[in-house]
Amino acid sequence: MKSSTFALVCVVVAALVFAALRWYGNEYLFFAGYVVLQFIVLATAWNILGGYTGYVNFGSAAFFAVGAYSSIFFHKTFPLPIPVLIVIGGVFAGLVGLGMGYLTLRLRGAFFAIGTLALAVVLQTIITNWTYLGGSRGAYVIRPDEIALVGPYVQYLFLLMLGLAVIAIMVARGIEHSQLGYGFATIRDDELAAEASGVPTLKLKLIATTISGALMGMAGAPFPYYLGYVQPGTVFGLEYAVNSIAMPMIGGTTSWVGPLIGAILLASLQQWATVKFSSELGVLFVGVLLVVFVVLAPKGIVGLVEGWRRGKV
Amino acid sequence: MASSLTIENVDAAYGSVRVLEGVSMTVNAGETVVLLGTNGNGKSTLMKCVMGIVRPKSGRIVVEIDGEKHDLAGMATEQIVDLGIALVPEGRRLFPRLTVEENLLLGAFRRKARAEINTNLAFCFECFPRLAERKSQLAGSMSGGEQQMLALARALMLAPRLLLIDEPSVGLAPVLVSRTIEKIKELKDRYKLTVLMAEQNFPQALRIADRGYVIVHGQIAFEGRSVDELNNNDLIKRFYLGL
Repeated sequence: MKSSTFALVCVVVAALVFAALRWYGNEYLFFAGYVVLQFIVLATAWNILGGYTGYVNFGSAAFFAVGAYSSIFFHKTFPLPIPVLIVIGGVFAGLVGLGMGYLTLRLRGAFFAIGTLALAVVLQTIITNWTYLGGSRGAYVIRPDEIALVGPYVQYLFLLMLGLAVIAIMVARGIEHSQLGYGFATIRDDELAAEASGVPTLKLKLIATTISGALMGMAGAPFPYYLGYVQPGTVFGLEYAVNSIAMPMIGGTTSWVGPLIGAILLASLQQWATVKFSSELGVLFVGVLLVVFVVLAPKGIVGLVEGWRRGKV
Repeated sequence: MASSLTIENVDAAYGSVRVLEGVSMTVNAGETVVLLGTNGNGKSTLMKCVMGIVRPKSGRIVVEIDGEKHDLAGMATEQIVDLGIALVPEGRRLFPRLTVEENLLLGAFRRKARAEINTNLAFCFECFPRLAERKSQLAGSMSGGEQQMLALARALMLAPRLLLIDEPSVGLAPVLVSRTIEKIKELKDRYKLTVLMAEQNFPQALRIADRGYVIVHGQIAFEGRSVDELNNNDLIKRFYLGL
């Protein structure tokens, strides 16, 4: 499918989802749907680095938090509309991604993962001690109830996240079918051979960390407006790091479809479990599912379906 | 079409472990030079130095292509590849989860190489008909011999002026080693390739060598100006044949 056709399909599907939710008329669905969409963006972003190039990032929460806190910073100094804040959050998180890349990409495998985890801890410490941004007490954002054209504010946020999810998926798919995507695949399969073939590996890895980080930051930027209150413990939560790894793993890491399926499945399940039981149980579900998939279907749902189709044809 | 390689006094180390000490050698245009040595003597490190994957601590590596000299020190690996220097890495190092055809196309990752991609692909399939049959198969699922052919073909996708081959015999059954060597011979005879090949399989390497060097503990222990000189050498007898 051509990129333009694919973009059209994405937009139509997104519009249908929004129309259906509005028709159903339950405000809570927008509230829960926002979280699902946010995880679609996070999982897709994680997969650009983790799935395509094979570098496992444990610091997703840090990028998400950079986006969220850049919004808080501007909310306090110079209030801007959220779409602009999303772009700014993306730029900041992208820069953090680039910096992280420079510092850690000489490490491989588990060492890289530990490096990214350390980055999250360092950033959390900085934010916790930065009183202007609320420090450990957290920061409040008073948001309006309604907004022109859309109506309820939650629907506006939902719409923004929907747009962001469409953009993230299009970026991921675009990369997959490009020279860049093949370059990433060579790094994942064999970095030495990639270099011998003339793939500029360091440059490509930096591109991957930057794009991946930027998308995560964009997902985090509207978050303070969604919750109204942000504290370091929330945005640096384990939930984000674990989910952005678990979702692509369960969905399948080799294509853009995997994180999408994984995020919809897991995030919906968690929302359901949170309402029915408790949010802790939601995280437990993720853990159990991750173990089951790693053991039984290491290539995720996409891998399962592909294997099943190959067996049939 | 002249291209040659000159290595002068190269020292290299991994941390504090010295691997190469004052290595000097030359590969003239159209020649096939073999670098002989057992495991752990620095053959692969020297190859990696030429490619810019390992940075030498001192010394010069100069490539002359069409009368123009390029000092490889400080050049990034991809720039070195752009000059037309290709490496067939030790142990094949394919992209196992990509298909044979994708592996070949990735050999021509550089823009310069992409311009000629269709000609070079056809050329590879002509040289290695087996790969044409298997082009949509995953590279990791082929036999060792076929994988070595693919590794060679992937390097040829660059239409290299200088081909570095690192231990093509590693992990292959003797009959396949022999076949691989024949293939390299055929390629160099037909296309006048300039080849530097590291190898520890002494008799097989000498089948295609014009001349060679013996490397021991990171130093060039012997320079053989012809195959005969290499064949009748006490050092080699001692190191290889235990005589």
